[in-house]
Amino acid sequence: MGAKYVLQASQFQFLFDALTARGYQVIGPKLQDGAIVYDALSSVQDLPAGWTDQQEAGTYRLENRSDSAFFGYTVGPYSWKKFLHLPARKLKRGKSAEGEFHFVSENEEIPKLAFVGVRACELHAMTIQDKIFMGGIYRDSSYAERRENIFVIAVNCGKAGGTCFCVSMKTGPKASGGYDWVLTEVIEKDRHYFVVESGTGAGKEILAGEEILKELDCPLAAEAEIALSERIVEETACQMGRRLKTEGIKDLLYKNLEHPHWDEVANRCLTCGNCTMVCPTCFCASIAEITDLTGEKVERVQKWDSCFTEDFSYIHGGSIRKTAKSRYRQWMTHKLAYWIDQFGTSGCVGCGRCITWCPAGIDITEEAKGFYGDS
Amino acid sequence: MRKNKKPKLAVWKFTSCDGCQLSLLDCEDELLALSDKVEIANFLEASRAVLKGPYDLSLVEGSITTPQDAERIHQVRRVSKLLITIGACAASGGIQALRNFKEVKQFISIVYAKPEYIETLNKSTPISDHVPVDFELRGCPVNKYQLLEIIAAFLNRRKPVISARSVCMDCKLKGTVCVMVADRIPCLGPVTHAGCCALCPSIHRGCYGCFGPKETPNTASLSRTWEKLGADQDDLVRVFRSFNSGAEPFRRESEIHEIKKD
Repeated sequence: MGAKYVLQASQFQFLFDALTARGYQVIGPKLQDGAIVYDALSSVQDLPAGWTDQQEAGTYRLENRSDSAFFGYTVGPYSWKKFLHLPARKLKRGKSAEGEFHFVSENEEIPKLAFVGVRACELHAMTIQDKIFMGGIYRDSSYAERRENIFVIAVNCGKAGGTCFCVSMKTGPKASGGYDWVLTEVIEKDRHYFVVESGTGAGKEILAGEEILKELDCPLAAEAEIALSERIVEETACQMGRRLKTEGIKDLLYKNLEHPHWDEVANRCLTCGNCTMVCPTCFCASIAEITDLTGEKVERVQKWDSCFTEDFSYIHGGSIRKTAKSRYRQWMTHKLAYWIDQFGTSGCVGCGRCITWCPAGIDITEEAKGFYGDS
Repeated sequence: MRKNKKPKLAVWKFTSCDGCQLSLLDCEDELLALSDKVEIANFLEASRAVLKGPYDLSLVEGSITTPQDAERIHQVRRVSKLLITIGACAASGGIQALRNFKEVKQFISIVYAKPEYIETLNKSTPISDHVPVDFELRGCPVNKYQLLEIIAAFLNRRKPVISARSVCMDCKLKGTVCVMVADRIPCLGPVTHAGCCALCPSIHRGCYGCFGPKETPNTASLSRTWEKLGADQDDLVRVFRSFNSGAEPFRRESEIHEIKKD
C-alpha cells in the first residue's frame, strides 16, 4: 500500500490548477437540470458541495446535506463512458470519384482529461470496457487513445444510494485499483479534508500525481485520520440499498430462458433503452453511412445503440428480437451470464443506474429473485 | 430512373395545416442543392408551375377526410413511382382524427351556420388506409433533416437512416437528464418515435408524442408510471389523444382510460 497524505478541502482549487497546468481539462460532478452529472468544471465552485441524491427504482431526487461535502452523493445518470466511448462519432468521410467512394479517417482530437470523483463501481466498469475495446483482436483506437490520456482521481464512497449494490458485485465501495489517485472525503466537526493515496502503476500520470502532492505540500496522514477514512468506507458498505444474489446466477439464467417471469417483466418493460444508455458497461453502437443530396459525399457515423431497439437485431428477413420479453432477456442474460463466458467477469458493477433511470422502475436485483424463487 | 434526366418530385396536400410542406421550404440552405438534383414538378405551396406526371417521388401531406380526398389519393398513387407520406396527419390522421371518437355530424351542426354545405367523411384516416405507402415520415411537423434524409436516400437509392426507437434514446445521446425520473414531469418519450432530437425534454418539458408511437410501444406500462406521478384517467385519455390519436396504440390506450373513467 502506498503512503497516504492529507489534502485540505480548501486546497482543492490548487489541485484543479495543478491539473490544468499539466494540460488536463478537469471533468467532474456538477449540478445540471436536477441531477449531478459529469461535465467540464471551471473551478471548485462547480462541485455539488452540500448536495446529495436520493435514489429508488424510477426516481432520483437532489437534496441538501447537512454538511458541505464535495462528493456526498452517489452516482448520477451518466457515467464516464460518454468521454471514452463517445455517444456519437464520425468515423470516416468519403468522396465519390469515377463511380467509387474514397474514404479517409476522421482526424480526432484526443483531449487530456482529468476525471475527478470516479467511484469504485465506475473504475470496474472502465476496466470492463477496456477489455471490450482494447483486449481483443479488434481494438478501438479512438477509445484506446482517449483512455491513455486520462488522469483518474477516484473517490471512495462515503454514502451508498438506494439503488446501489456494489458490495454484491464485489466492485466497491472502496476503490481497489485502476486510479492515479484515490480520495476519501472526511468531514469532522471543524475539519474538511481528504485522505489521498497514489495508484500503484508506473505511468506518467502517477508521476504527475506525485509531483502534485509535493507541490501542494500535503503532509502524511496520521493514523487516526487513516482509521477514520477507512471507517467511513466500511460504513458505506453496510448501507447498500440493494443486493443481488450472484451465486450460480449464470447457470440459473441459462436454465430459465423460457421461465414465465420473463413475460412478467415484459409486461412492465417499455423497451425504451434507458437502462442500456445509462449502464457504464453497455458498449453497443451501430454504424451508418449517410450520403448527402448530391451523392458525392458520404459520412460513416457511429452512435450508441441498444439491444432494446428492433433495428439492432435486424438481420436478413427482419428483427430477431420482436418482443419486449426477448429484448429484456437478451440484456439481462448478457449482463449477468453470457458476459462471464465472453469476457470473464460479470457485465454488472452494481451502480444501480438501470434501476434508478428506468421510467417503469424495473429492478434487476428484484428480477433476478424471480428466478431464484423456484429453481 | 431515366438517364440524364432529373427525377421529378411532387408534393401533395390533403387535410393538413401545411406545416410539413413548410418544413421543406425551411430547408433554405439545401433547397438549391435539392433543385439541382430533382425537378420540382408539383409543389403548389412553392410554385404555380406544374409539370405533368408521372412523378418519381411524391411527398404526401395530410389525412383523408373528404370523399374528394379519398378519390384523389388514388390518382396520386397512380402517377407516383414512390409515395412517401410526411407528417402525423398522413401517418395517423392528425389532430383532426379526434373526430373519430364522436359522430362528426354533431360537430358540423355546432360549428357551421349552414351544415348542409359541408361534405365530409365521418373519420379522418391515414394515407396508408387507402393506398400502399413506401415510407411514412413521422412528426408534427416533420423534422427538416429527416425530410432531407429521405430525399437523399431516395436519390442515392439507399435505405433512409431513420430509426423507430424511443425519444429516450435521443435524450441519452444528448446528455439530457430524464425529466420524468429526476423531476416527476410526465413524459411520453418512452413510447414515442424518435426524430425531433428530443426537443421538449431538453427544455425541461415532457414529450408530447408529436412523432406518434415508436416501435413496440408499451403504453399500458407508461400509463402506470404516469398514474404514480399523479395523472388521472382524464389526463391519460387526453395525453394519448393529440396529434396521433388515430395511431392504433395511442387510440387503444386512450379508449382503455375512457372506459376506466366512466
